[in-house]
Amino acid sequence: MKRHLLKTIGLGVAAGLLAAAPQPSFADPLKVAFVYLGPTGDGGWTQQHEMARQKLQATLGDKIKTSFIEKVPEDATSEGIFRKLAADGNMLIFGTSFGYMEPIQRVAKLFPKVKFEHVNGYKTANNVVVYEPRFEEGFYLLGIVGGLMTKTNTLGFIGSFPIPSVVRDADSMTLGALSVNPKIKTKPIWVSTWYDPGKERQAAETLVAQGADIVAQNTDSPASIQVAQEKGTYAFSIDADMSKFGPKGQLTGSTEDWSGYYIAETEKVLNGTWTGNRATRWGLKEGMVVLAPLNPAIPASVVKVVDEKKAAIIAGKLNPLEGPIKDNAGAEKVAAGKTMSDKDFNSMNWYVAGVEGELPK
Amino acid sequence: MNPLVPMLHSSVVAATPLIFAALGETVVEKAGVLNLGIEGMMLVGAVAGFAATLTTGSDTAGFAAAAVAGVLLSLVFGFLTITLQTNQVATGLALTLFGTGFSAFAGHDYAGLPLNPLPGVVIPGLTDIPVIGDLLFHYDIMVYLSLVLYAAIVWFLTKSHTGLKLRAVGESPTVAHAIGKSVNATRYLSVMFGGACAGIAGAYLSLVQTPMWVEDMSAGKGWIALALVVFGTWKPTRVVLGAFLFGAVTQIELFAQSMVPIPAEFLSMLPYAATVVVLVIICRDPKTILLNQPASLGRSFHPAA
Repeated sequence: MKRHLLKTIGLGVAAGLLAAAPQPSFADPLKVAFVYLGPTGDGGWTQQHEMARQKLQATLGDKIKTSFIEKVPEDATSEGIFRKLAADGNMLIFGTSFGYMEPIQRVAKLFPKVKFEHVNGYKTANNVVVYEPRFEEGFYLLGIVGGLMTKTNTLGFIGSFPIPSVVRDADSMTLGALSVNPKIKTKPIWVSTWYDPGKERQAAETLVAQGADIVAQNTDSPASIQVAQEKGTYAFSIDADMSKFGPKGQLTGSTEDWSGYYIAETEKVLNGTWTGNRATRWGLKEGMVVLAPLNPAIPASVVKVVDEKKAAIIAGKLNPLEGPIKDNAGAEKVAAGKTMSDKDFNSMNWYVAGVEGELPK
Repeated sequence: MNPLVPMLHSSVVAATPLIFAALGETVVEKAGVLNLGIEGMMLVGAVAGFAATLTTGSDTAGFAAAAVAGVLLSLVFGFLTITLQTNQVATGLALTLFGTGFSAFAGHDYAGLPLNPLPGVVIPGLTDIPVIGDLLFHYDIMVYLSLVLYAAIVWFLTKSHTGLKLRAVGESPTVAHAIGKSVNATRYLSVMFGGACAGIAGAYLSLVQTPMWVEDMSAGKGWIALALVVFGTWKPTRVVLGAFLFGAVTQIELFAQSMVPIPAEFLSMLPYAATVVVLVIICRDPKTILLNQPASLGRSFHPAA
């Protein structure tokens, strides 16, 4: 009897030890975390990531468990957040702002089994990959809409900071506009901020006063849409559809849909095919770059051109940054028939012909 | 249309929140209280105004709610600095920090929601005059109210009995107290007035300038309003002119970019550089500051002391 009891206890202890050992169980959902720069209700960049996260959760259901942390500044705070998320058992972590690059690199070294995904960055590792939308495709199409819709042949561009990824947006839009209207000029204004609705509003008013009847932006607030709505001009939204701030004022916009990428990457982790050291750039074809709904004021003839060019880009027949491209001082930057190298693309710090003014240096 | 007209128009709209906030602070400082919490009160006013207008659909309700929110927050400051005699500088800074955080918390669910802008005032006959009509009679009601507020404050501080009493309290609370004036009651009322003005200034941002709520949308305007009070040497007329000047310089900064090849960063610095230059000019003669600054500014007063 006693022996039997001991045996039972022994078995129990052994079973307990086995249960306590960290065994990955297939019943446990994969934990996926997102780190956001802004609040989820920012109406732009972060909101789009959050919508994609919700779609990811809905699509993969109980196979995964997603969570997010919003308003994480791009400083030492973020490193602590990434570290905590990794320590909490998240196996896949998306960092949705450029400034998380170094923190992700450091935390990724500490947690080699956790997979990190970083937006717009360029540093990869065995467990870090980067991803980025082909913004130039979206802005090229905006340029086509603008080039065909403008009455003053002048487009405005409100830029945050004159860095390559932003200058490229202004350039792509101008190239798109010139492809349908050789008289186009683009007036850029740099506001030295990503988010200051008051200043963005002043910039939009300035551009309208200087004759730009269509204003694009890469700053984050819908202020320029509001200005367009009030003044009877047009504006392009960025990142998200902002038409609720000016249904008449917003012509269309270049927005992102991250859900396809997030679902694809999460599925790779689930079935064990995820690999590191990758850089992904998705555009119109993959559905990461999406035009916001077209304003009913855009005539069918314009819609037709936009659809054709979009189809050409998707089919790989049209590359927005294909030569010949000259800068606005007249020097040839991309020869006819050539496309830009990755290095030139990533350091594009010059205006194409058609953009007015000199790039602030 | 001459591009100068919309430029001037934008400058006035940019100046209006500064006028409200800075005029309110002028009265507060005239009573001898330095409230560095304008930025915080503006943000709380902005979110309160936005929430009220979104719920009720009434802009009047929005501005009223913003004023009440500003007053409530300023009462916290008043209680601490006037009743409990805490350090005004530290308390004011704390008020800004608190207001920034609290407005972000309270406004979380309001971010990203649209709101119709306040319509411009239409004065039959006047609004339609070319150029002049655009320049003078094409604003929203708050622009005109800011000028009414200015006139009222000038009259109040120079002509009314209560206004003179308020200035006496700011210059020498001990003397004011000795002749039977209630120093702390006067200070409480002026702090509340400053709170209401800052709240309205904040609501102007979230209801008129860019009708939406975003965190930190005042973007430092509360600090500029504070600088304007010194800039205007505590005189309402100079404060208002300073606000218009500041509004114009921020506009010129953007306007000039496509005209002259000057780095944008340099132009962004212009409004602040202009402020520094004017402050240097003002301070060149120390008497200008000494003669105009309320003598007891920033000092607590204890009636029994």
